[in-house]
Amino acid sequence: MDKFSTHTGVAVPLRRSNVDTDQIIPAVYLKRVTRTGFEDGLFAAWRNDENFVLNQPGYTSGSILVAGPDFGTGSSREHAVWALQNYGFKVVIGSRFGDIFRGNSGKAGLVVASVPQEVVEKLWEIAESEPGIEFTVDLHHCTVEAADNVFEFTIDDYTRQRLLEGLDDIAVTLQHADAITAFEVTRPSFLPRTLPARTAG
Amino acid sequence: MGKTLSDKVWDNHVVRTAAGEPDLLYIDLHLVHEVTSPQAFDGLRLAGRPVRRTDLTLATEDHNTPTINILAPIADPVSRVQVDTLRGNAAEFGVRIHSLGDVDQGVVHIIGPQLGLSQPGLTVVCGDSHTSTHGAFGALAFGIGTSEVEHVLATQTLTQARPKTMAVNVNGDLPHGVTAKDIVLTLIAEVGTGGGQGYIVEYRGSTIENLSMEGRMTICNMSIEWGAKAGMMAPDETTFAYLKGRPHAPDGAGWDEAVAYWKTLYSDPDAVFDAEVDIDATELAPFVTWGTNPGQGVPLSATVPAPEDFTDPVDRSAAERALTYMDLSAGTPMREIKVDTIFLGSCTNGRIEDLRLAASVIAGHKVADGVRMLVVPGSARVRLQAMAEGLDKVFTEAGAEWREAGCSMCLGMNPDQLAPGERSASTSNRNFEGRQGKGGRTHLVSPPVAAATAIRGTLSSPADL
Repeated sequence: MDKFSTHTGVAVPLRRSNVDTDQIIPAVYLKRVTRTGFEDGLFAAWRNDENFVLNQPGYTSGSILVAGPDFGTGSSREHAVWALQNYGFKVVIGSRFGDIFRGNSGKAGLVVASVPQEVVEKLWEIAESEPGIEFTVDLHHCTVEAADNVFEFTIDDYTRQRLLEGLDDIAVTLQHADAITAFEVTRPSFLPRTLPARTAG
Repeated sequence: MGKTLSDKVWDNHVVRTAAGEPDLLYIDLHLVHEVTSPQAFDGLRLAGRPVRRTDLTLATEDHNTPTINILAPIADPVSRVQVDTLRGNAAEFGVRIHSLGDVDQGVVHIIGPQLGLSQPGLTVVCGDSHTSTHGAFGALAFGIGTSEVEHVLATQTLTQARPKTMAVNVNGDLPHGVTAKDIVLTLIAEVGTGGGQGYIVEYRGSTIENLSMEGRMTICNMSIEWGAKAGMMAPDETTFAYLKGRPHAPDGAGWDEAVAYWKTLYSDPDAVFDAEVDIDATELAPFVTWGTNPGQGVPLSATVPAPEDFTDPVDRSAAERALTYMDLSAGTPMREIKVDTIFLGSCTNGRIEDLRLAASVIAGHKVADGVRMLVVPGSARVRLQAMAEGLDKVFTEAGAEWREAGCSMCLGMNPDQLAPGERSASTSNRNFEGRQGKGGRTHLVSPPVAAATAIRGTLSSPADL
């Protein structure tokens, strides 16, 4: 995972609540076996609508999404994160997020910045008053800078640290392989195993 | 202070804890399917890592598989590659797999319980948000993304921050014709799609205790639809009776040892939840959705709400957009809404009890003219069981299509989709825009409502027949 420090890019106001992961990328686009190429499926149902924000002049090259409440609810598909990243998004700002989407973002390197809904409203107004305006997101200080305003955002410290350092989660966990092995020794023998396979009659 | 059920299970799985860091939790059972795993196996290959515990891992094909001609090569080449990729990965890494045509194949959340692998007190994960289903057994079960799938494959652990706890107390006898699905749809309409965010939820109370395992699974399944991390229920005699004799349930002395442990899995009387919600089951009625998220629902006897009925501006604009998408006018009685398609199936309502209930309603009737009904059993074994009971005949004689097992139209990834503008009554879990096919419109319903709707062609309950 690449290290994230600060990012400056075009802010895209997405004035919708409850944008679930099916809307971020519908199931029919989930058939690829790679982590790339999902940008075509991003917001697929809306991409042909000329009024959709990503089709508006100024927003097409967006990299900071300012989303409505309950963004990324629903399905666990990490493809939703990849689709946003494949399109070019580095940051999603919003007031409430689906838990799994937030977790997936942290793992995949997409910054999910939480702000109160009033701040979302202000960021929407700023982004709409000047389409194409760039915001700056600073992960060291947890701030969003938008047209001379500076807003603070929250992100859990652990995820923030990992994003700043670009750590490989699995490698970090495997440093504790001894603890895992020690735990395994204590597991009761009645716990189920999938192997050898058993079947009903 | 006593512990909650979820705290007990959590504490039993902490491999490592450190100040300022999430806990490292051990995972007892990892279920894998074709859509969210290929990139995870790729990651293992790139790093030269094996699957740490193949004996705690099980794969099946369900999301992207056809429900007709399942033994023929999959027609869509991209889908075929995805399914073949899972088969290849399972062979390469030594993971047990139940492929199309195998008697143990089926929707991942149906086959775990069916094989007796989903047991009280376990941690269960899968790259699928409806993993919460397994919480019906008193397991801590939740959905994860592909990066976490890779993490579990490589380490058999996950780093997790401990969520808060919530009790949903459901008490009283359910009125006739009201099912577990109606309980959970009513709950989501009351608390909203974000109401459970940050919580592990425990469903408890006399109504829950009186439900079958199938009904309990329906409720836990939809925990994610109101944002909860997981949904759980304390195991009891109903749970033990369901598990006894299943292929992977413990036996002999192991059974007694397991039951002794399972009986400790309940929230202590003095345990304190961070939040509680109460539901009076005696006041519940058949419940259906009118909008584009599972929280936008009303009793079947009600009318389509107006945006002005919502005081919260976010809810109001969501209602406006939903009514436009659903092509519904405020004030229309729900019972007058005509549908084109009935979908009976999914990890929410694709178990044998669901098929029996729907069949009992539809027996002797015909599916209304111009309506198609798809019956998709949740697993190959559910399908065989239903056929042994003659349920397939009941459905086909009524004019329904009897399909092979899989996720099917629940998520519209395989060819089973709604056409633009088509409207379904669906026993699945999500009525999101385009969920069942681009431009498709979904009303979430219980199995008896699905069957009655098939007969009348408009949203109906068995009482309307």
